[in-house]
Amino acid sequence: MENLVQMALQNVNMAAIMPSLVLCCFGMFLLMINVFMPRGKTTAASLISLLGLAVTFVVTLRAWNHPELGFAGHVALDNFATFFNVIFLIAAFLTVLMSDDYLHREGYPVGEFYPLVLFTTAGAMWMASGTDLMTVFLGLEVLSISLYVLAGLFRGQLRSNEAGLKYFLLGAFSTGFLLYGTALLYGVAGTTNIADIGFYLSAHGKMLQNPMTIAGMLLLAVGFLFKIAVVPFHMWTPDVYQGAPTPVTAFMSAGPKAAAFAALVRILILGLGGLQADWSSLLWMLAVLTMFIGNVTAIYQTDIKRMLAYSSIAHAGYALVGLVAANAVGISGILFYMLAYTFMNIGAFAVLVLAGKQGEDNLTLEGFSGFGYKRPFLGVAMSIFLFALMGIPPTAGFAGKFYIFAGAINAGYIWLAILGVLNSAISLYYYLRVMVYMYFREPQEDYGWVRMNPGTVVSIVLAIVGVLYLGVVPGKIMEMAKMALF
Amino acid sequence: MQDYSLIWLIPFFPLVGSVINGLLGKKIKNEKVIGTIATGAIALSFVVSCMLFFRLLGDSQKVHEVIIASWMSAGKLQIDWGFLLDPLSGVMIMVVTGVGSLIHLYSNGYMHGEEGFYRYFSYLNLFCFSMLMLVLGNNALVMFVGWEGVGLCSYLLIGYYFEKKSAGDAAKKAFVVNRVGDFGFLIGLFTLFWALGEHGIWTVQFTKIAEHAHLLPAGGAVVTIVTLCFFLGATGKSAQIPLYTWLPDAMEGPTPVSALIHAATMVTAGVYMIGRMNGLFAMAPDTMMVVAIVGAATAIFAASIGLAQNDIKRVLAYSTVSQLGYMFLAMGVGAFSAGIFHLMTHAFFKACLFLGSGSVIHAMHHAYHHAHLHDDPQDMRNMGGLRKKMPITFLTFFVSTLAIAGIPGLSGFFSKDEILWWAFSSTRGGWILWLIGFAAAGMTAFYMFRLVFMTFFGEQRTDERAKDHVHESPFVITLPLIVLGLLALVGGWIGIPKALGGANHFEHFLAPVFEHTQEMFGIHSQHSLHAYEFPLMGASIGVALVGIFLAWLMYVKNPEAPKALVARFRWLYVAIFNKWFVDELYDGLFVNATKRLGRYCWKGFDLPIIDGIVNGAGWLVQGFSRALRFWQTGQIHGYAMTMVIGAVIIVAVYIV
Amino acid sequence: MLDSYLPILVLIVIAVAFAVGSVIMSRLIGQKKPGEVKLAPYECGMPPVGSARERLSIKFYIIAMLFIVFDIEAVFLYPWAVMFKRLGLFGFVEMGVFIIILLIGYVYVWKKGALEWE
Repeated sequence: MENLVQMALQNVNMAAIMPSLVLCCFGMFLLMINVFMPRGKTTAASLISLLGLAVTFVVTLRAWNHPELGFAGHVALDNFATFFNVIFLIAAFLTVLMSDDYLHREGYPVGEFYPLVLFTTAGAMWMASGTDLMTVFLGLEVLSISLYVLAGLFRGQLRSNEAGLKYFLLGAFSTGFLLYGTALLYGVAGTTNIADIGFYLSAHGKMLQNPMTIAGMLLLAVGFLFKIAVVPFHMWTPDVYQGAPTPVTAFMSAGPKAAAFAALVRILILGLGGLQADWSSLLWMLAVLTMFIGNVTAIYQTDIKRMLAYSSIAHAGYALVGLVAANAVGISGILFYMLAYTFMNIGAFAVLVLAGKQGEDNLTLEGFSGFGYKRPFLGVAMSIFLFALMGIPPTAGFAGKFYIFAGAINAGYIWLAILGVLNSAISLYYYLRVMVYMYFREPQEDYGWVRMNPGTVVSIVLAIVGVLYLGVVPGKIMEMAKMALF
Repeated sequence: MQDYSLIWLIPFFPLVGSVINGLLGKKIKNEKVIGTIATGAIALSFVVSCMLFFRLLGDSQKVHEVIIASWMSAGKLQIDWGFLLDPLSGVMIMVVTGVGSLIHLYSNGYMHGEEGFYRYFSYLNLFCFSMLMLVLGNNALVMFVGWEGVGLCSYLLIGYYFEKKSAGDAAKKAFVVNRVGDFGFLIGLFTLFWALGEHGIWTVQFTKIAEHAHLLPAGGAVVTIVTLCFFLGATGKSAQIPLYTWLPDAMEGPTPVSALIHAATMVTAGVYMIGRMNGLFAMAPDTMMVVAIVGAATAIFAASIGLAQNDIKRVLAYSTVSQLGYMFLAMGVGAFSAGIFHLMTHAFFKACLFLGSGSVIHAMHHAYHHAHLHDDPQDMRNMGGLRKKMPITFLTFFVSTLAIAGIPGLSGFFSKDEILWWAFSSTRGGWILWLIGFAAAGMTAFYMFRLVFMTFFGEQRTDERAKDHVHESPFVITLPLIVLGLLALVGGWIGIPKALGGANHFEHFLAPVFEHTQEMFGIHSQHSLHAYEFPLMGASIGVALVGIFLAWLMYVKNPEAPKALVARFRWLYVAIFNKWFVDELYDGLFVNATKRLGRYCWKGFDLPIIDGIVNGAGWLVQGFSRALRFWQTGQIHGYAMTMVIGAVIIVAVYIV
Repeated sequence: MLDSYLPILVLIVIAVAFAVGSVIMSRLIGQKKPGEVKLAPYECGMPPVGSARERLSIKFYIIAMLFIVFDIEAVFLYPWAVMFKRLGLFGFVEMGVFIIILLIGYVYVWKKGALEWE
């Protein structure tokens, strides 16, 4: 008994969860501040959360190339986790930057917003560094529950309510799949540790063909594919993305998506590598389906936020291609792509935040008529982000797609790469249409006054820098992404 | 080992200047601020260029590569954002930033009060950035980025007065013709890439290409095709036969643009490119012959057209085409450093000539404006006698004219004479090439002095009402003229050949780049005096003097003579005046034919077939999209059902 | 392998058959004499008041949720108390941190007025 306690205590390694620990401390501190501050004063909270994210960033970077293992192998702060942690932090940072003014403008200066963003980020970090299905699940729940609240943050708005509720119900539903899968795998391998599941399966080769193993793998995958928004588990995405407050949508499309990818990659590669033939053929189909349905449906959207939601589905499809390839280029391509997507998508949403004006009722294509001339800076910024989303060099989107498709070609999935490129061509249509409206249509009415505020502008500028940096010199980051593989 | 890591600053400053003016220029409004930002940006690059250039002068190792970042790497191919500083690119950056700075300064005065002042400077800075990327790139792709960039800026600046139809047309023409050349460049690059790849070398880096060029059979089909394609690219950018027609039209742009882009820098990109790939070109004797012949033909052909033009800028434009022909002639006979030398001196005197003509046009324009007249300020027939009105402009213009005419002691003499000498005595040269160059030199002297006499001498033929409003231009305009005039005077002294008792520092400096290849053509920088050298030199001085004398005879002594001459050789004059009808020929041969083909394709093929397919595909996608939209009902149980059905199908497929 | 599940399948079939059979049989052979009292919903013998489909105040849910959160805290406290001595100072600090985290939640809930009924 004494030994057990001793062992348990030795396994405690705070360094392995240090980044998320710092975030949680800041989050709780913010909650307390929020309680004792008069209602409506959220600027201080936003600044403190920025500070918190910055501090965590420093802590996270120190972990690069200094892997830590802790809590009896439940958590690993390896380079893989650190790379994703950086993505989450960037996403959260850009989101917080653009939020303060937005919340005031829309009449919901809710202080809880900031701690919730921090908690979501912490949850994402556990998903990325969790080496045990239970840790991953814990992270997923922390992330999801915070997100449900964030999506429904605007309590007086039906759209936002609907988004929160839908996301919650379907999210809870998908969690069921996830847990079912976990339970089945536990039943097969007798452990929830990802690496141990991998060892068990390689030692007991015939268990690979056992329906229970395959069903466990499939159900587990369904749980994550829901979060990534892969067809046919994508139905929530447009409604939730459209209804949620814009900065939340921005965050949701980047951070949690990357987190789910992190967990999925770790589980499929490390734990279920033996089943690669099965899951890569499944993901092959789903990737194609996702790209096509995402892109094709996006064409018919007239609301830009909703269009970006479908585009986000399509981008999940592109990133899946890297996982299908499952080689070094493809997987590090996913890491790179997630980072690139964080910059370009959050940047695009940040422009929407400013373009939306109060009430956000003019985020339609028509509302964007002549936008490029009325707001030259925002127009140029939006064009850059759209070019990036299209995948036009020299932007991050091009480099990302380049690596992912290169990975697919290297792995012999030439058709998949061709379908991916074909899809990029389809996507040109609806991205370019926004630019056509921005630059070739006369403004319908006087566009009026958009309040430019420093936070959002800084966020946009940072995103532009990121998009261009990754596009012009992707080599360095790609090298780091390669170093981040297990 | 010196430190050259600051090299990225050279293109960086103009880029920053361009971005600032492009984004904020409209808000800044103040011309002084805009001008200072733009001029300051290029001046800063000039300072950095000087620093690095002098560092390179004192360095024993002459070739330096600075890799800034990795651009893309796929498999064995590694492409970097890298810069290459060697004597060749060193000379080029000095010319680009030096002349560029002066022209920026000049533009401050020349463009004063123009509507798109900020736009102009933003483009001009962007051009400098692209040009610097072109000359500094350490691999062909970075060079291509610059290559396309300068093309774009040239297009934007030719069409700067886009409200004028002729300007828009000229811009389009330049763009289209350049595209033909760029196409050649790309084909050449891909072929080279593939050919070296066959030997396991996947690279586009210049130093690596040079290192591994020997893997390709010398004189073989591959090398010949590659270099011919590259040369096609060069003829587009550098306005050589058959792709020269855009350059005279490009004069629609503001005059400082003509000076910077269409005389001093961009049009020399083709020459630079051949110099950069000299090792490859030297392996393809057939291509070299084509280069030399095209160069010589362009030199004399363009010079002949220049004889009869009345628009001051058009004369200079044809003169530029002709001088570029000399450079290609030099390249073609293997005298690479002579070509680059002429590139540099030409940058000085031609920039000075263009800026001088700009100063004249500026003055004429203001005079007409004052007098509310709409005469053409560029027509030399309306000028004359301006030497007293505009003494500084005249003096600098005159010096530069002496230089281009090849009067001993001035910069143009040394460089042109070196080219003529090698055209004669290189192993790839011959007396025919020399003779063509020699004749062109005589014509050059004639049309340049015709220009000077018509503009600055004799009676002022300007309309009476405008006559007295012609003034010397302000200091910001004359200062660059003075500096460039001085350079046109002394710029050649660094390359005085040994035969004349000089040391030819210039050739010596470029030796690390060219020496090896030049020796293949019997060209040695320290060659001993040849028996023919002085007689030939004397002959070319003589023909220049004859040209000048004829011009004097016809345009000062006896102004009626040209009319008599024209009457006598009517058909010749008409042909020359109409530029040998080449534009019409191209229109008939290519443009109309293409149009007709295009029309046929449109009516016969496009409308029924392609459009059908495209519209069909679009219709299909849209229909699909419309159908998918109804799937998204908004009903949450529907969504959950989709998930369940999806999961069940997936599980069923894999387990059963 | 699926053979071993056969008894379960049999059991399921019998159970369903019995339940469905009972309902059908009582339908077929039972007498039906409905009256007002007989058709009223069963509420522990009390006479029913108002509609059964009544909406409950959302406050009940909040209280219920909060109860669960702080109830779990107590559940954790038991095993900790049993092992208190063996876990030593570390265990004490750890539990202190745990309680502080919950305390923060408690303060938040309190100050936000979630505990007030009106």
